[in-house]
Amino acid sequence: MGRRTHTERDLTMIATRDAYGEALAELGGENDKIVVLDADLSGSTKTGVFAKKFPNRFFNMGIAEANMVGTAAGLAAVGKVPFLSTFAIFAAGRGWEQIRQSVAYPKANVKIVATHGGVTVGEDGGSHQSVEDVAIMRAIPNMTVIVPADGEETKGAIRAAAAYKGPVYVRLGRNKVPSVFPAGHQFEIGKGVVVVPGTDLTFITTGLMTAAAVTAAEKLKAEGISARVLHIGTIKPLDKELVLQAAEETGAIVTAEEHSVVGGLGGAVAEFLAETRPTLMKRVGIHDRFGTSGKSDELLKYFGLNAETLIEEAREIVSRKK
Amino acid sequence: MKEKIADLEEKARRLRVAIVKTLHKSQSGHTGGSLSAIDMVCALYFHKMRHNPAEPAWDGRDRFVLSKGHAAPALYVTLAECGYFPAEDLMMLRRLGSHLQGHPDSKGTPGVDVCTGSLGQGLSMANGMALGLKLDGKENRVYAVLGDGELQEGQIWEAAMAAAHYKSDNLCALIDSNGLQIDGDVAKVMNVSSISDKFKAFGWNVIEIDGHDMGQIVAALDQAEAHKGAPTAIVAKTVKGKGVHLFENKASYHGVTPNDDELPEALRCLGCCD
Ligand SMILES: Cc1ncc(C[n+]2csc(CCOP(=O)(O)OP(=O)(O)O)c2C)c(N)n1
Ligand SMILES: [Mg+2]
Repeated sequence: MGRRTHTERDLTMIATRDAYGEALAELGGENDKIVVLDADLSGSTKTGVFAKKFPNRFFNMGIAEANMVGTAAGLAAVGKVPFLSTFAIFAAGRGWEQIRQSVAYPKANVKIVATHGGVTVGEDGGSHQSVEDVAIMRAIPNMTVIVPADGEETKGAIRAAAAYKGPVYVRLGRNKVPSVFPAGHQFEIGKGVVVVPGTDLTFITTGLMTAAAVTAAEKLKAEGISARVLHIGTIKPLDKELVLQAAEETGAIVTAEEHSVVGGLGGAVAEFLAETRPTLMKRVGIHDRFGTSGKSDELLKYFGLNAETLIEEAREIVSRKK
Repeated sequence: MKEKIADLEEKARRLRVAIVKTLHKSQSGHTGGSLSAIDMVCALYFHKMRHNPAEPAWDGRDRFVLSKGHAAPALYVTLAECGYFPAEDLMMLRRLGSHLQGHPDSKGTPGVDVCTGSLGQGLSMANGMALGLKLDGKENRVYAVLGDGELQEGQIWEAAMAAAHYKSDNLCALIDSNGLQIDGDVAKVMNVSSISDKFKAFGWNVIEIDGHDMGQIVAALDQAEAHKGAPTAIVAKTVKGKGVHLFENKASYHGVTPNDDELPEALRCLGCCD
C-alpha cells in the first residue's frame, strides 16, 4: 500500500488547504450536521468554499478565536459536527485553553483544521509561523493530531475526522506541495504508511517533509544507502507498530517535520523508542527557535528542512551504525 | 498652527509614497491598513510624541504600540523618516535576514518596543507600559493604534476594562475605523458598532474624529493628553487604502501589494512624479 517508485511519482502540486476546502464542501452535501466556523480568514483557510455552498451552516466569528472554539464546543454539545478553521498559530495558540477545557476535556466532537502551519507561512514572519502547535495539541489528552503530506491525504484525513467521534486537530499548509499519495489513497487515523521500502535507516516524516524524504531516499539509493520512508500522518495516536518495526529492521531513525524538534513528531518517536527500543536517532526540524520573514522556499532551506539535510543526516547516522 | 498642520499633511503624503514604494518592492504585506493608519502615525511621531531617534531607548520617550501589527509598513516608513534606521532598509522589508519583519519585532528594529502581529494583544501591553511608567512617577504617555476588526478580540475589552479601572490617563488608544477586515465589512463579518458607546461604557474618554483630517487628529491628541482620570479612545473614521483610489475601500487590498501596473497610477495619486 502506498509504495511508489521514482517513475510512478505524481508531480502534481496542490496546497493541503485547497484540498481541505474541496473536501469540506463535499462533506457538507453528505452530512447536514456539519457546520463550519472561521475567524475572518475564510478566503485563506478555504472554508469559504463551504460558506458559499452552505451559507446557513457557516459562522464567521470575526477575529475572536477563543470564542470560536467555545462556540464550536457548544454546537457539538447539541449534536452538530463543527469544523473550525484559522491559521495554526491562532487556532492552537489563542484557543489553547478553550480547546483543552471546552473541547478535549469533555471529548467534544470538534474538528480543528488549522491552516498555515510552520515556516512556509513565509513573509508574515515569526509572529505568524506556528512551530509548536503540534506539540501543544499533542500534550492534550483525548486529542487526535493529524499532519497530512499532500492534498490526497488531506481529503482522506478530513473525511476520517468527520467520521471519528471526538476532538481532532488537523494541521495544513499554505503552499502547494508535491503529491506523495495516488488518487483514492485510503487514510486511516493512527496508521503510518511505508512510502519507500529500505533497510539501512528510516526517515520517519510528516507533512511536507515526507516528499523531501522520498527525494532524499531516491538520491541515497545511488550511493548505495537504502533509506526507508515511513510517513506518519497521525502524530497522535502514533503508529507504534511501524515505528518499532523501523527501529528493529533498520536500526537508525531520522525524523523530519516542519515544526520544532521539541514535542512534535521527533519528540513523539523519541519518547516511544527511548522506553521500548533505544535506537540511533536524529531529529530534523526547527531547533527551539522562532521563525522569521522570508520566502517559503528560502526558509525551508534556511531551517534545513529539505532533502539535502536529510541526505547528510542519513550518511552521518549510517556511518555511526558501523 | 495652520503651517504646522500643512507640514504634517505633506509629511503624511511622503510617507504614503514610501509605503507604496516599499510594498511594491516587497511584493508582500498589507497595503490597505497601512494607508488608513498613516495620518495618525505621522501626527504621533512628528507632532505629539516625545522621542529621540538618535537614542531609541531614551528613558524620557513616550511609547508607541502598533496593536494592528500588520500595518508595519506605516510604522517602518515613519521610523525611517525620523532617522531610526536608513531608508534603504525599507527595500529589505520581509526579506530573509532583514530586521524589518512582516510584523513589528522589538528584537531587531530600533524604535520598536514590543512585538505585535497577533491581533488583540497590543492594548494590554500598552496599558502595562502605562501602569509601569506611572509607578515610576513618569509623565510619559503611551499610544496604541488598533484596527476596528481587531476590536472583535475579547482581550481588547479585558484591557479596556483594566485601563479604566486603573485610571490609566497616560494611555491613548487610536481606533483605525476603516470599516473593513479581511473577509469584508466589519459590520457584516462581526459587528462591533458602536465603538464609541462601547469604550464610553467601559469608562473611557472618547473623541470621534475624521482620521485623515490632520487638524482633527492633532486636536484630539492634545485633548487626550489634557484629560485626567481615564484613558482616552480616539475613534477615527478612516478609509482603507486612503490616498490611492485603486485601493480605497476595497477589502481585497488588505494583504495585496501594488503591482507593476498599479505603481505609476498609485504614485500619481500621491502627487509623485518619479
Ligand atoms: C489573533 C489574530 N487573528 C487573525 C489574524 C489575521 N489577520 C491579520 S489582519 C486581519 C484583519 C484585521 O482587520 P482590522 O483590525 O480591521 O485591520 P485593518 O482594517 O486596519 O487592516 C486578520 C484577521 C491576526 N493577525 N491575529
Ligand atoms: Mg479595519
